[in-house]
Formats: sequence, C-alpha cells, structure tokens
Amino acid sequence: MTETAGSKVKIALGVNGEQTEVAFAPHKTLLEVLREDLSLTGTKHGCELGECGTCTVLLDGTPVLSCLVLGVACAGEDVRTVEGMAQGGKLHPLQETFADLGAAQCGYCTPAFLLTADALLAQNPRPSREEIKDALAGNLCRCTGYIKIYEAVELAAARMRGENAEPKTESLYGR
Amino acid sequence: MAAKPGRRVIGKALRKVDAASKVTGATKFADDLSFPRMLYCKLLRSTQPHARIVSIDTAAAARLPGVQAVLTGKDLPIPFGILPVSQDEHALCVDRVRFIGDPVAAVAATTEEAATAALDLIRVEYEPLKSFASAEEAVAHPEPRIHDYGDTGNLHKLIDLEFGDAEQGIAAGDIIREDLFFFEGNTHLPMEQHAAVAVSSPEGKLTLWSSTQTPHYVHRALAKVLELSPARVRVIATPNGGGFGGKSDPFNHELAVAKLAMITGRPVKITLTREEVFYCHRGRHPTLMWVRTGVKRDGSITGMHFKSLLDGGAYGSYGVASTYYTGALQTVTYKTPSYRFQGARAFTNKAPCGPKRGHGTPQPRFALEVHLDKIAEQLQLDPAEMRLKTLAPPKSLTANYLRIGSMGLGQCIEKVVDGSQWKKKFRKLPLGRGVGLACSSYISGAGLPIYWNNMPHSGVQLKCDRGGGVTVFCGSTDIGQGSDSILAYIVAEVLGIDPFDIVVVTADTDLTPVDLGSYSSRVTLMSGNAALQAAERARQILALHAGKKLEVPAERLTFADGRVFDSNDPKHGMSFAEAVQSAEAAEGTVGTVGSYTPPQSAGRYRGAGVGPSPAYSY
Repeated sequence: MTETAGSKVKIALGVNGEQTEVAFAPHKTLLEVLREDLSLTGTKHGCELGECGTCTVLLDGTPVLSCLVLGVACAGEDVRTVEGMAQGGKLHPLQETFADLGAAQCGYCTPAFLLTADALLAQNPRPSREEIKDALAGNLCRCTGYIKIYEAVELAAARMRGENAEPKTESLYGR
Repeated sequence: MAAKPGRRVIGKALRKVDAASKVTGATKFADDLSFPRMLYCKLLRSTQPHARIVSIDTAAAARLPGVQAVLTGKDLPIPFGILPVSQDEHALCVDRVRFIGDPVAAVAATTEEAATAALDLIRVEYEPLKSFASAEEAVAHPEPRIHDYGDTGNLHKLIDLEFGDAEQGIAAGDIIREDLFFFEGNTHLPMEQHAAVAVSSPEGKLTLWSSTQTPHYVHRALAKVLELSPARVRVIATPNGGGFGGKSDPFNHELAVAKLAMITGRPVKITLTREEVFYCHRGRHPTLMWVRTGVKRDGSITGMHFKSLLDGGAYGSYGVASTYYTGALQTVTYKTPSYRFQGARAFTNKAPCGPKRGHGTPQPRFALEVHLDKIAEQLQLDPAEMRLKTLAPPKSLTANYLRIGSMGLGQCIEKVVDGSQWKKKFRKLPLGRGVGLACSSYISGAGLPIYWNNMPHSGVQLKCDRGGGVTVFCGSTDIGQGSDSILAYIVAEVLGIDPFDIVVVTADTDLTPVDLGSYSSRVTLMSGNAALQAAERARQILALHAGKKLEVPAERLTFADGRVFDSNDPKHGMSFAEAVQSAEAAEGTVGTVGSYTPPQSAGRYRGAGVGPSPAYSY
C-alpha cells in the first residue's frame, strides 16, 4: 500500500468515510498526519505520551491513541475523527448532549471523549454509569469533574435508543 | 429553578455560545493554527538547577540545514515579570540558570525535527552554584543568592501585618491552640499544553496568538522586552484548553517566538511538550504554616496569629501577591477581632510557583479548617455548630479592612448539615468512617489591578447592526469557564434578543477594550458589569428613537423576544432591527461602551491591595 515519494510515504486510508490519499514523513504519528497533513485539527494534541487520551480517534471503530499509532500503520484502515460525527449539518446526539449539559467546557478533551463514548454506545447501547466510567477511564478532563460527561453520555444513549429523553433538572440546575 | 420573573436569559441553563464549535472540533486552539512558511521553535533548557553560564556555542546549530535562527539571552536582555516589583525573568537566561528547565537558547527551523536536532548541537558550559531545593534550605543559606533582589538573602518577600493586638486577643481565649501544617505544592495540568504563534507583518507589526489567560499583560511584556510600541503589538488569546492559573504569566516562549518572527520575517510557532509545561509551572506554592488561636468555650475566636513560609521556586511570578493571599482571607469566614499575619516567600532552584486556583488561599484554608476541627474536638463542640456561631457577619469590615457584603456561608453550612445527615453521622459512624466539613471563601476579582493605574479593570464596546445583530467586544479570555457566553447572555437579557444573535469578539488587543484577564474569579463580575453598562446605554438610545416612532414613552417600552414594544400593549411595537434602524437614522451608527472599576478598598496599609474584592463567594 505504501510507496515512497521522496522522503515521504504515501498511503490510502478512509477518513470519516472518504477514501483519502496522503503523503507524509514516515516517522509521523497518526495524530500528526491528521493534524498536519490532512488539516483535521479537531483531533487534539495532548501529552503525546499515551497518558491523557486527548488524541483519541476511532480506528475501524475502536478507540486508539493517535499519538501512539504510526501513520504508515493506518494504510487501508478506516479512521473516524470528531469532524466525521455531525452528519448533514446536524450534530450527533452525543454532541448535542455534551453541548447542552455543559460536558464541554474548555473543549480540549471533548473530541476524544465524544469518540470514545460513541465507540462504547456502538457496542453497548444501554451502558450503566459504571460501564461508562470504565469506558472513559483513559480520557482525562480537568474542567468538568466528569459528572456532566457521564450524564451527557447517558442522555445521548437514551436518545439513540429512540427514547424521548430530556435532561434532568438536577443536571442543569443542581439540587 | 428557572429564570427569575422578568428574566429571559440569565438563570436559564442555556448552551454556551461556543459549545457547538467545541463539540465539533471547530474551535481553533493555538496549536491548531498554522501559516504558510511557518517555522517551528524549540527551546534548549538548563540541565543545571543553579549555575553560571560560562559560554554558549550555537555555531554548529546555526549551520544545520533547516535552521533559520538561533537566539540566546543576549538577544533579549530586557527582564520582565507579571508584577512590577518582580521583573526578574528573561526570555532566555542571560548569565545564570536558576532551575532545571530554565531556557537558555531558542531555535527556529523549517521542521520541528530540525529544531530539535539543532538543540543537541548547542554547547553550553555551566559553572554550578550551590542550589536549594526547599524553602527551609533557602532560609538557612542566604548565600549564594538566587536573585540579587528581595527582602533578604534568599527570601524574596517578608510580610508582618498586625490588626489590633493579636497577642492580647489570643490571651483572652479560654483555650489557646497552636498547630503546624504543611501543604505540598501542585500544578494545574491543563489538557492543552501552552502554545504560541508569532507573525511579523511587512508593516512591522507583530501579532502573537497564544494560549494565555492574560493577553493584556502579554501585550505589555512583549512591548517592553522587544522594545516595540504597544501600538505595533497585537496579542490574541486563543481559546484556552484549560488554564487554572497556569497561563496567567507572560512566558519566555511567547517572547522567543515573537523575536524569532521579527528576525526571520516568517511565522514562528511553539507548542510546549507536556514536560515543558511542568517547567512553566506557576503552580500552587508548597507552604509551611503555623497558626495560634485564642478561643472562647463556645468556639468564638478572640485572636489569631498566622505564619506562612512559601517555597516560591526560581522566579517571582505572582509570588508577592500569593504570599499576601496566604494571610488575607482567614478573616472573611469567621469573626476574628484581632489578627497578626507573618508571611515569607523563599526563592529555591525549582520551577517557579505562581497563581493556581485560589491563588495562595487554599493552603491556609486547609490549615485553618483542620485547626478549627481540632479546637472543636478539644472543646467537645460540634464543628458545624461552632462554625455557625463564629461566622463573620454580612455587611461588616474585617480586622484587616476587608469589606464583606452578602455572606451566605451560614445557609451553606445548614444545607450541608441537612443534606449529609450530619447529626446522625458525626462522631457516630464505625471506626474508620466519618463525615467532616470545611468551609472556604474566595474573592470575585481583586479590588486593585496588578500594576498601579486608575483605569477600569474591564471594558466593553457594543455595536448594534441595522440587521438586528449585536457585536460585543471585550478583552476577556474564555478559558473554558464560559466568559464569552456570559457577555452574550447579559447583553441578550438587557436588549431582549437571542444570545445566539450576538457575536462575541474577545481577547484581541487590537480589537477589544482591555480586560485584565481570566484570573481571580473576576471575569463574570467585572466584564459582566461592563457589558451590562454598555447594553443599558444601547437600550436607552434605542428606546428613545423607537419610543418616538411608536409614540410611546421610552420608559414604557419592553425589550423582549427580539422586539421592542409597549409594555401596556405588547402588540404595538417593532422588531429589534427596526429599533436599531430608527436610532441609526436619527443619530448615526449605534455603538456604546461600558466599563467596570471595583469600589475603593478600605485598607490603608502596605499590602492592603491583596484581599479586597467587590464580593466574596463562600
């Protein structure tokens, strides 16, 4: 799949459902390829040490830390980033609930949380609070204290199951 | 809970104005910016905790392919610092390094890899000096001095304040208790590493985008160090991916990329690594604290003596203010008739401490609350009841001249006692289990600015478009706390329009009036009041002309739901856009300004600038 083009390698991969070709220096991580060579800066640059989860993207539906994946290893794979979540100008249910419940504050960790939660809900449409916590344990957030994120995932899950769920008053106004 | 009667926006749980951008990844943080021909900057950092720089050889680095410029301390010799009294930092160390991580050279290259490789080619010869790793060591060794300024030896700041006769007050207590506490330091760790991009225009104007909480102070530091007129420097604070106080100082990397952009004529970017963020630090000071309090049998305080010793790290930063803050707010929670505070900040050879969430007040708060629990234990009092009896009264002046306005701590304690089933649980749970309670208070912005001036702390400009849109310009910086939304909500409330019809332009020193920055919980109160004033002035202009056209007295008009109408006959009205058009036809462009200056503080002593606030939160 890979061929050399000067000092760069060229690969073909799917990005948010579109077949894409991209050439880049072979040492680059998927994070760098997405941000620097495909201009998809929605994937955030976190610690680049595999500690914080901020750079999470979905590789064939599975959350991976894009700072620990080499770009060349993604030839022929299907990558999903936050830019691929909203469809037809409409926010994804998780994006709606994260926005409405204050689960996105500074917003830096948000794309990674959204994708990780989306992968969870694809596997488990009715997760318990404990299962949500477990699935999101690799993603760090310094603003929210996590509660609003858990509530947003629960609300989105209910809506994605077709339930007519509204935010709890307590989630919006406290007790 | 819902919005208060008559309010349509404030008090409602609305989506933040930038929430959709954040959940789609559209928000551009500093590291998301890139420009054609952009260079990448890397900093070479000291490997020594304390040393004299004997020589730096950058020749081999400069010859490396891709390297466009190399800077050392002599290229940026003017010192800077956030406080006027602590101008002790350099963009790159000139002749001395003071902690492991202090930057000594900067490289700009066409790729990050070339810049990193160039760092390995720079030869620095150090002559090591004795280094100090704790405040106690710094106190014990006045020499060698880490800085050639400060109150004495390696003590940066010494404070001794007394309000009333504290010793006499303490002696009047039925019991006197003395305790010693240590609060270990910690750091902010925002998920976003600091990043900055500088562009020098062909006209000789410099623009810096930076993940900073304080674009105004960065603006001042850039102009000073780069010897540019502030009129030719523009600082744009990008949305911060978390700050928590760690992005409140002007930083060496911001100055380095600015200088490199000026030298090379190309955009220059730096994004710190996670490790480098720990070198920026400015985290909470490790603090040793001693407290001695006289207390009556009912728990009321008769006098208090509090001492703190702060480990400041290698530079001043906000440290003088932090030191005062370790003694300032003890009195705003509990009535303390006489009070003495002695504080000291030591320089040590570690990354500099600074303002982290609560800025010097969480450490003494921990000490004081544990101290009070020990007192309650000793007196066999319920610690919640004891606190309730000793609260500082609302609308009062504390011993150290802090003016308390409203004070809701009592209600808060009562709610917590109720909600936690305190009476059932306190001292009644099985061994190893327990409930506890601690209280705190903080300012809503400081009463005085960081550098002495008598100008407003926050300003807003407001422009009404004939299409019905409103643009709010304010220097405030959204670090995730929602300050952009606050501006939109307040203006929307006053003008009766949809907050999402408002454009918020913030944190750009070319476009927006000064707001001092996102620190000390000041933004909602200060920029909010500035926005309120600007919006009320706009409403007045619009009401005058809409009223004339509708033949309704201006004071009888309601602004709501995007309309301006007669309160007595809601059908009789016009759209908000038509109201703007009437005003614009009569007066020309509709624009207003608003600003906020805190009330004068009551204290008239050296150090009285730290502690006063327009309001205390509990």
